[in-house]
Amino acid sequence: MIEIDSELCKDCKLCISVCSKKLIVTSDRMNQKGYYPAFYVEKNLRKENRKCTGCGLCAIFCPEIAIEVYRA
Amino acid sequence: MRGNHVLAEAAVRAGCRFYFGYPITPQNEIPEYMSERLSKIEGGVFIQAESEIASIHMVIGASMAGERVMTSSSGPGISLKQEGISFLSALELPAVIVNMTRGGPGLGNIAPAQSDYFQATRGGGHGDYRNIVLAPNSCQEIADLTYKAFDLADKYRIPVVILGDGMLGQMMEPAELPPEISIKKLPHKDWTLTGAKGRPSRFIRSLILDPLEEEEHNWKLMRKYERIIKEETKWETYFTEDARMLIVAFGIAARIAKGAIKRVREEGLRVGLVRPISLWPFPFKAIKDFSKRVKHLFVFEMNMGQMVEDVKLAVDGGAEVHFYGRPGGVILTPLEISRVISSYYYQKRLG
Amino acid sequence: MKKIFSRPKSIKKTPFHYCPGCGHSILHRLIGEVIDEMNLQEITIGIPPAGCAVLAYFYFDVDMGEASHGRAAALATGLKRALPDRVVFTYQGDGDIAAIGTAETIHAASRGENITTLFVNNGVYGMTGGQMAPTTILGQNTTTSPGGRKEKRDGFPINLSEMLAVAKGSAYIERTAVNSPANILRTKKAIKKAFQTQLKGYGFSLVEVLSPCPTNWKMSPVEACQWINEVMVKHFPLGVLKDITGEKKDAH
Repeated sequence: MIEIDSELCKDCKLCISVCSKKLIVTSDRMNQKGYYPAFYVEKNLRKENRKCTGCGLCAIFCPEIAIEVYRA
Repeated sequence: MRGNHVLAEAAVRAGCRFYFGYPITPQNEIPEYMSERLSKIEGGVFIQAESEIASIHMVIGASMAGERVMTSSSGPGISLKQEGISFLSALELPAVIVNMTRGGPGLGNIAPAQSDYFQATRGGGHGDYRNIVLAPNSCQEIADLTYKAFDLADKYRIPVVILGDGMLGQMMEPAELPPEISIKKLPHKDWTLTGAKGRPSRFIRSLILDPLEEEEHNWKLMRKYERIIKEETKWETYFTEDARMLIVAFGIAARIAKGAIKRVREEGLRVGLVRPISLWPFPFKAIKDFSKRVKHLFVFEMNMGQMVEDVKLAVDGGAEVHFYGRPGGVILTPLEISRVISSYYYQKRLG
Repeated sequence: MKKIFSRPKSIKKTPFHYCPGCGHSILHRLIGEVIDEMNLQEITIGIPPAGCAVLAYFYFDVDMGEASHGRAAALATGLKRALPDRVVFTYQGDGDIAAIGTAETIHAASRGENITTLFVNNGVYGMTGGQMAPTTILGQNTTTSPGGRKEKRDGFPINLSEMLAVAKGSAYIERTAVNSPANILRTKKAIKKAFQTQLKGYGFSLVEVLSPCPTNWKMSPVEACQWINEVMVKHFPLGVLKDITGEKKDAH
């Protein structure tokens, strides 16, 4: 699973473009800097084929180091 | 020994182990000497850089590491270095920069001149800053001032310019060289970039985007300059006790003027000389004091009139200031100058 | 659950001021990761450019010394000659290294100075508002090449890495990009190899990193990354341009 620091996110959408499981979307709540940050859609964790594998591609791509990745 | 060689040797004895330069007449003997000398001592680094611009930036790098470092050039090359010199001042880095002035402007010629006084003392580059500028007038003084320059640079964290000229660099005179400093005994610098081992990382930079912070940085530099003005202003006097007229000259022009003064003194003319040795800080107060009893100051320079402006500032209307200059690398003889002095002296009926 | 990705220790917690999707941010993190993994934090000295990354010292937790525009290679030379056992790296944009700083870079490479240069190539002068750079490609629109860079008026872009590969003193030169996770990982490997080249004393090392500048290219970050793949790499091919590290056994 991942944790996104929404205050660091600048809505570049690079993480969204690279998540094969489509587990990241753009939030509709603005952060302090005025961006609509990326949001990790946790409730899809239960569905088998859309579970976060901890591949880390989102964190590797994120310019702001806003994503931390955890793996089981 | 040749002036340029004296300078280089004095620098090495002062602990300078890093030299970055570029060929330009009339100072080529300095890089040539350094390339030989530094290759024979431990830790000596000599690089003939690809340009004067590159060499001043290598100086910045080595200075950031805390080393005693020098570069040298002539007018056109010093012009190229101006951004680097402004940076050295803003970053408060010590360095010694030697200018063996030649005829100018532009490519000029390779004869000696004093036309870089403005360039040296008015900063030359951009922004509000000053460098210490020392003007030797003999090989012995080259040795002494070069040796001292490194101490001044380290003490105040400021670039020090040695303003010589083609004649000083080429002339051969005996000089007593100072003893070699032990680098290990030099005071430790606690601001250098050496890798953040056992301490927090630090950075050295001059970009201060906040205007109030930048203003404070400028004031900090200004307070440093005030201290230097108080402690390091230097000048020489020659036959000034009973003088009715004072020549003001620096560097090689002062040597020539001394010869002229000897001649006219034999004819009973009461002429003396004030020779600024530190061109910055300029001996404003000393000259102003002299102007209280000597009402005729005669500035002689090998240029179109540069130091004369500082002399006028110093007397502030309290005396007459006259100027005689020859630019382009023309070297007057003492006889010629003595004629100019005498004619002026008699015109003004100075008795 | 084990945390497998977090901020490198040698990158300070200060939020980056770079634009959304900027390649600088990614590259800063990669350099930080390599410094951490190779344990170089205490012996590294970095030299930021004049450009968007001019404030890099607010992000890297290592000693850093400012250079004026283009002169980082000369400053690094002075620094490395004074401190030969430290790791000295310069971080320069395309204008810094291939316009005003070309002479210093070529000569540092020719002299075989043991420094590492990270060259961020985004085809524009970012900080000053998107003017044409030496690596702007023909047809690319910038504020000083409206309508696209024209061969007759503006000449051709410069392939600096290829030029530096010719220099006998250069030991390792590679061009990578940060427009996809795969390329980002390749860039990280290249940075590591460059620092190793320096530590072993083999000579000059440089990694040219094709980097998105969404703001001045007037694209979204995702589009900018695609543009690198579709257009930029055709003029600046990725890959190793020089690598003599396998041949050299001893440092000079």
